[in-house]
Amino acid sequence: MNSPSFLPTSARWIFLLGVSMAFLTACQPEPAQVDDPKALTSDADNGTLNLPDGFGAIVVADTIGRARHIAVRDNGDIYVKLRKLQNGHGILALRDTDGDGRIDQTDGFGEFTGTGIAIHDGYLYATSDSSVYRYELVEGQLLPKLPGQLMVGGFPIQGQHAAKPLTFDGMDNMYVNIGAPSNACQEEMRTKGSPGLDPCPQLDRQAGIWRFSASQPGQTQIADGHRYATGIRNAMALDWNAEVNSLFVVQHGRDDLDRLFPEHFTTEERLELPAEEFLQVSDGDDFGWPYCYFDGFTDKKTLAPEYGGDGEKQGRCEGMKAPIESFPAHLAPNDLLFYNGDMFPEKYKKGAFIAFHGSWNRAPAEQQGYFVVFVPLLNGIPSGEWEVFASGFPNLEEVKSPRDAVYRPTGLAQGPDGSLYITDSVKGRIWRVVYDGHV
Amino acid sequence: MRQLIFACIALLGLLFAACGGANSSSDQGDASSSKEQKAPPKEEVAISEEVLAAGEAVYNTYCMACHMADGNGVPNMNPPLGETEWVNGDKATLINIVLKGLTEPIEVHGETYSSIMPPHNFLSDEDIASVLTFVKNSFGNSSGSVTTEEVASLRAGG
Repeated sequence: MNSPSFLPTSARWIFLLGVSMAFLTACQPEPAQVDDPKALTSDADNGTLNLPDGFGAIVVADTIGRARHIAVRDNGDIYVKLRKLQNGHGILALRDTDGDGRIDQTDGFGEFTGTGIAIHDGYLYATSDSSVYRYELVEGQLLPKLPGQLMVGGFPIQGQHAAKPLTFDGMDNMYVNIGAPSNACQEEMRTKGSPGLDPCPQLDRQAGIWRFSASQPGQTQIADGHRYATGIRNAMALDWNAEVNSLFVVQHGRDDLDRLFPEHFTTEERLELPAEEFLQVSDGDDFGWPYCYFDGFTDKKTLAPEYGGDGEKQGRCEGMKAPIESFPAHLAPNDLLFYNGDMFPEKYKKGAFIAFHGSWNRAPAEQQGYFVVFVPLLNGIPSGEWEVFASGFPNLEEVKSPRDAVYRPTGLAQGPDGSLYITDSVKGRIWRVVYDGHV
Repeated sequence: MRQLIFACIALLGLLFAACGGANSSSDQGDASSSKEQKAPPKEEVAISEEVLAAGEAVYNTYCMACHMADGNGVPNMNPPLGETEWVNGDKATLINIVLKGLTEPIEVHGETYSSIMPPHNFLSDEDIASVLTFVKNSFGNSSGSVTTEEVASLRAGG
């Protein structure tokens, strides 16, 4: 910008000084110190959430758009991926400048929609439904260096289960979910009585977790990717547990057993089958989709009706690797976070939080989920019963139809002080859950 | 000098406004709601309670699991059935969706739905006619009926 030439020289200096001050004060305020105890006061109603005793929630931001996953930087800056562009932006950058926990600076970039977002090694990674990008973070600045770099492209284009959430192992590897493009790999998708394709060709490139280099730009799935695990229908929720050095995911199980195979399943059985599975994933693992589903009542991988199953037979599913924990059917686990912060009480340390987006395949019964659960872990394995940690998202007595839910939890992140951040996919509310004993 | 001060104040104001704008402009949720949709065209044709009841029974068995009891569908996945041209517009299009299904994502009320609609050609002409008549007269719709003959004709390739 040139200063207006009609001003005398001394005036130009004052003008430039004014411009500089304006930029410093208005455009780049520092993020508030994250350990500033000044005013981290929870909202009176915890932003509609119900939380265990001692916890409170602050509505950090509201109505920001269709929020998906979230990442929080070590200075407290927040980055949120959107599934619908907001003012042309697919990634929002949020900053709290006065330390009250609430956002007062918003910016955006990344002109693509998607779900995955994570911070790794000084970069912000974000995904569309077909690519992974990264942006170099700049010291003190809310916005990263633009434009970003394409890290991985060449994923199949698909309508169903297209989201590409990702995580890192700290050893220069990046793990990306590539969901199945169908419910159960039927010859005719989601069609009553249609048999399953055998072998299911979708497993070649989809329905699994693929590993890529975390630092090499310009990769493609086929040339550079490694199919790390297969037989996973869709893992929106994945995280690396550094304590036990392993990948874990939570799978969205299949739908519609009764509608597709009414001769084998009643509506009541479909409401509770299959269980949603929390999986420990090692290189080379196969978890059985589409041939198998997990029956949470018998604790068995069971043969899918598309492949000759009748609700009891195990067949080729016998001996298939079982989940480390299971949850009621259709709850839609959308994010997983291993908690290693200092803020929450001892029992939460090294345990897992899972955000369940909430069911749709439980009609005509009440829909379930729409909450964040906590799973206590010891050495990465459940050490007690899972429990509901945060509920009240739908802000309703009962959810009959998913569209009635006012909020639906979708993304989780841990702040530098140990706060737990939760995103909502409906209106774009973000909560910061804090332990009151801490502040 | 007074002009200069004014110039600086004005420019500073502009900068503050420009920088602060990012906050206020993000405060836009999805404005669409069913109230804003146009009322469907009314047809003064009496529709028998019997057909509606039969249609509702078919709906509850084959449609409700995805489109929900209230016809509102599932955000991002299964589209709503209320007050949309897909239901209240061209009948052949509607009948063919039930007979042949849909594999491409579709847009309804400005939102995209990405799950597929499976073909329901295993249903009888009569069941398809009654369920579509039910849907065309539920969830805020009032757009007449579908006859068994119309379904049969399209099934035969007409």
